[in-house]
Amino acid sequence: MSAHSEASPQRDAIIEFRDAAYRLENGQLLLSRINLTVRRGETLVLLGRSGAGKTTALKLINRLLDPTEGEVRVEGCRTTEWNPIDLRRHIGYVIQETGLFPHYTVEQNISIVPRLEQWPRERARARARELLALTGLDPNLFLSRYPHELSGGQRQRVGVARALAADPPILLMDEPFGALDPLTRAEIRGEFQALQRRLGKTIVIVTHDTNEALLLGTRIGLVEAGELKGMYSPHEFMRSNEPVAAAYAAQLRVFNGI
Amino acid sequence: MSLMDFLSRHGSEILQATTQHVWLVAATMLLSIAIGVPLGILVARRPWLSKPILGSANIAETIPSLALLGFFLTVPWLGARADRLTIAALTLYALLPIIRNTATGIAAVDPAVREAARGMGMTERQILFHVELPLSVSTVLAGIRVATVLTIGIATIAAAVGAGGLGEFIFRGLAMVNNPLILAGAVPAAVLALAADFLLSLLERRLRPAR
Repeated sequence: MSAHSEASPQRDAIIEFRDAAYRLENGQLLLSRINLTVRRGETLVLLGRSGAGKTTALKLINRLLDPTEGEVRVEGCRTTEWNPIDLRRHIGYVIQETGLFPHYTVEQNISIVPRLEQWPRERARARARELLALTGLDPNLFLSRYPHELSGGQRQRVGVARALAADPPILLMDEPFGALDPLTRAEIRGEFQALQRRLGKTIVIVTHDTNEALLLGTRIGLVEAGELKGMYSPHEFMRSNEPVAAAYAAQLRVFNGI
Repeated sequence: MSLMDFLSRHGSEILQATTQHVWLVAATMLLSIAIGVPLGILVARRPWLSKPILGSANIAETIPSLALLGFFLTVPWLGARADRLTIAALTLYALLPIIRNTATGIAAVDPAVREAARGMGMTERQILFHVELPLSVSTVLAGIRVATVLTIGIATIAAAVGAGGLGEFIFRGLAMVNNPLILAGAVPAAVLALAADFLLSLLERRLRPAR
């Protein structure tokens, strides 16, 4: 066997959906039998309208929800076999509203998982400084501020820093830049791209923004009405004949004419 | 009779009654916080329990206090001691605002914050003690404040079953048609209520999380 033989998709897989479906108790199907594999180190973007089931898919990964049919595997183990607390500490989670604790300073917010993991205070503090610098905020200025003293963009940066605190191999991001104004959004997105290259994490991003999907995704999963319509590279996505993908692409081309 | 004469005659008695009053109120508050806060958390967690729990506390509130004391007097262990039955009755009245405010405060915690906490791998217990309670502490305290002021007032009735407190003067004054004697009970009770209200509102403001 040659040393650089292509790793089998199975070995490379860090997250797998196998016929995973999620149905509400009232019978409404939010996600129907999805099959997809996220490879180690890639950035998968789930693109779709609001209510398409993207967030549901994301929550199946860190066990905020359990699939009602099929299974989701993380690092080869079914999520239902994982202890939910261990699983979630293994996965960074960033949400649109950031969910920063309003009664904690920036430092305390970033140190939540390290403190839960019993890191010594000094190490947690050093890590918080490092992460703030990494996400483009001056630690001396921001460590002791409270979330309400930050702008939307700054809050989002702290949200990302917090998710990275215990250096989890996987990062889930639910509309991470959705609440920002367009300019801040472009700025943070660009920085995030650089960060992504440096860190080499496995990232799953949920968005309804085609630009964001094309810019950040190594692959794009198109979700529509609870179904996975297809998986594309950004290049393939723009040329796809799949009607929904084509509609997204067409919507982008409108602006090229201006 | 001048005020000075009155005070020199009844001063030590008033002081003693006030101390007794404070003791009754303090014991009641400790007990009702110990019962009410967990019940409030329960109501916030299991909304279907809200009707039975808040409903019962509501009904307790509507029972005339004199009647409740009289009833407790006949209950075997409870009725054996005046302070015991008084504290039990006062606790019943104090519960409603505490349960209600605890439940409201916890329910008002931003769902995004709660979800982020779960997503980071905090246990339910950690979420309660590190997120939900700290964020709702000022609302819970507001409930405790209302309950305290209420209890200081109702505790004057305790004298009817011999539990002492500032009500002693009021009942005695009523029986003797002696207005200064009534005031000797009513004024310190009012001062106590105002002081408790003021101090607890200070605490409430201090502990309110920044937004």
